[in-house]
Amino acid sequence: MLGLNKKDFTLLLIVAALVVFAPFILNPFPADSAMAQFNAGYPDLMQRFVIFGIFAIGFNILFGLTGYLSFGHAAFLGVGSYSAVWMFKLLSMNIVPAIILSVIVSGLFAMLIGYISLRRTGIYFSILTLAFAEMSFRLAYSVLTPITNGETGLQLTLDDPRILGETATATGSIPVTNFFGIEMRATEVMNVGGWSFQFNNGYYMCAIMLLLAFYLAIRIFRSPFGMMLRAVKSNQQRMNYTGLNTKPYTLAAFVISGMYAGLAGGLMASMDPLAGAERMQWTASGEVVLMTILGGAGTLIGPVLGAGFIKYFENIFSKINEQVLHSWFHALPDGIENAVVWVLEHFVGSGWHLTLGLLFMLVVTFLPGGLVEGGQRLGRLLRRKDAEKKTATQSTPAE
Amino acid sequence: MDAIILQILNGLDKGSAYALIALGLTLIFGTLGVVNFAHGALFMIGAFCAVSLNKLLNLSFETVDPTRTDFLGNPLKVKTPYIEGWFGPDLGHAIIDWSVPLAILFSIPIMIAVGFIMERGLIKHFYRRPHADQILVTFGLAIVLQELIKHYYGANPIQTPAPDAFKGSFDFGAMMGFDPNTIIYPYWRMIYFAFAAVIIGGVFAFLQFTTFGMVVRAGMADRETVGLLGINIDKRFTIMFGLAAAVAGLAGVMYAPINSPNYHMGMDFLVLSFVVVVVGGMGSLPGAVAAGFLLGILESFASMNEIKSIIPGIDQIVIYVAAIVILLARPRGLLGRRGVMED
Repeated sequence: MLGLNKKDFTLLLIVAALVVFAPFILNPFPADSAMAQFNAGYPDLMQRFVIFGIFAIGFNILFGLTGYLSFGHAAFLGVGSYSAVWMFKLLSMNIVPAIILSVIVSGLFAMLIGYISLRRTGIYFSILTLAFAEMSFRLAYSVLTPITNGETGLQLTLDDPRILGETATATGSIPVTNFFGIEMRATEVMNVGGWSFQFNNGYYMCAIMLLLAFYLAIRIFRSPFGMMLRAVKSNQQRMNYTGLNTKPYTLAAFVISGMYAGLAGGLMASMDPLAGAERMQWTASGEVVLMTILGGAGTLIGPVLGAGFIKYFENIFSKINEQVLHSWFHALPDGIENAVVWVLEHFVGSGWHLTLGLLFMLVVTFLPGGLVEGGQRLGRLLRRKDAEKKTATQSTPAE
Repeated sequence: MDAIILQILNGLDKGSAYALIALGLTLIFGTLGVVNFAHGALFMIGAFCAVSLNKLLNLSFETVDPTRTDFLGNPLKVKTPYIEGWFGPDLGHAIIDWSVPLAILFSIPIMIAVGFIMERGLIKHFYRRPHADQILVTFGLAIVLQELIKHYYGANPIQTPAPDAFKGSFDFGAMMGFDPNTIIYPYWRMIYFAFAAVIIGGVFAFLQFTTFGMVVRAGMADRETVGLLGINIDKRFTIMFGLAAAVAGLAGVMYAPINSPNYHMGMDFLVLSFVVVVVGGMGSLPGAVAAGFLLGILESFASMNEIKSIIPGIDQIVIYVAAIVILLARPRGLLGRRGVMED
């Protein structure tokens, strides 16, 4: 169906079901219960899940297929955000032109950087992309202030021209981003018993984009082009010896993944119309690498899982504080309670980075294939009977 | 002319720090073949060794001085560091004053121990894994170390003063025949440069003139053959890891008075040090040192107002521009060898 084989189509359907029903799935606890802080079903966080999912899918097309480790992908996301916000400022608050422009601009930017960086491989390529991204970040902070508004970040104001739209609404406030009249920030709340489920227009917009991006990624993975990229990863030298110029293929992969990042940046600006230079910093580039590896590089679903995982824990873990911990463990005797809380408080709240670092070391050490490999191992453990058959047919990540 | 000399001097101390970190990174890469993203964290731990020793020496007990009163009229409480109590006020005060140089002695065993634990506990398992995995696991370790430091020392920079004797500045201009006060340079930065030169020279001499260093160099060239000759090369490489950690740590200890240590200083230096290593050529020790000083001096030249007015913003990006130009013109960096890190 849709040009996919049965297995891939099932995967697409599963992802579609997950994102469509995310407001229910991520909201398993009633709103006023003690467990409500584990709910992730609010618009802001759900939007971030899918946007970073798109970002990671795009990164995976480059890293997972060709093995080129780019340390500067956040630059494309930043460029995408800036172009989208400029479109909101100059043209209209409709997100369609903004997203189109952000994809085009980041694609061009990726072509420029990719053309230069892809002349080298291995760590030299990583450092070149890192250097370009840091340059963009620093220029956005300092000299390019007329375009990027420096440290404050680019924001909408009441005297923007907005040729096809209105400069200000009738009530004198800045108009909101919309998709042909559908406001992105509008949220429908459905109360069922103690649960309150939130359906946000912006989230569903992002979700549709994620599904499109995911579908496109499957097609790329299964296409002759994707096969060529895998061949580059496994032995580029041999490709060159057979008389094939791999540069156009790797450059195409680089530009495609840059455009994915631009799409993510454009969507980010569409949900919340501002753009800051810190989105381009190398730590942001590192984050998408972490997401992809944590989920499983070279697999289809891995990057989406990784993005969701990191963003979930970033939000939920950093909200837990000492009082919350005390309320969990108040059943224990005082001395033990204090000891347990003292240990745990290092890992939550502002210390969630520590948890992330530890988790990361554990995953890289014991599960090099990421969460997807973990799932596969678990599946094999449960069906040990046909384990031997499975190892012959199991899908392995691209080498 | 005096401005140019001043910028070269200014570049030297930052260049020394880059060169020291890059030297350690290259030692680890050349011996163990591991790309160590936690090296910046080692630099930071070194700086916090200086902070810790300073705090430790300043531990005080309180006594009540009945002859004086505070502004509320109560007897004044005087804090005296234990050190001054034990060694008398003069010697005690001198010890506290010289805490940063003393921290060099204090930090060497700590850093070597940290290096051994890191290598034996974690990095050992990553020799046969792809470079991407090594980068990721050491990056995770760097985050963990950074967060631990943040927990115990807080997020704010901690001032760690240099000894009073080195507080002032040296007037180079007067010495070299320029007008006085045109080229002044803090004493501590001169010391930092001299210290870095000694360390770099020491590492090179160690590798060049000792039997141990000879074996290590042989192992860097062909690990397998050295192993077949019955030499336990892994053990020597572990020792080299400890040495590299100590070099990074010493760079951090001495840098503490120049820039107050905070928990993210390691990450700040890490990216630049990697650029330095790659520009110098992966696996080349002289390349790392040369690139460190070169980029440090370039950076300080770019921050001159005359240059900034010609190319605005150049001070922010000059290192990256230089890295891109050098890598495109010389594929293996300044002094890189064929076949290192090219697959």
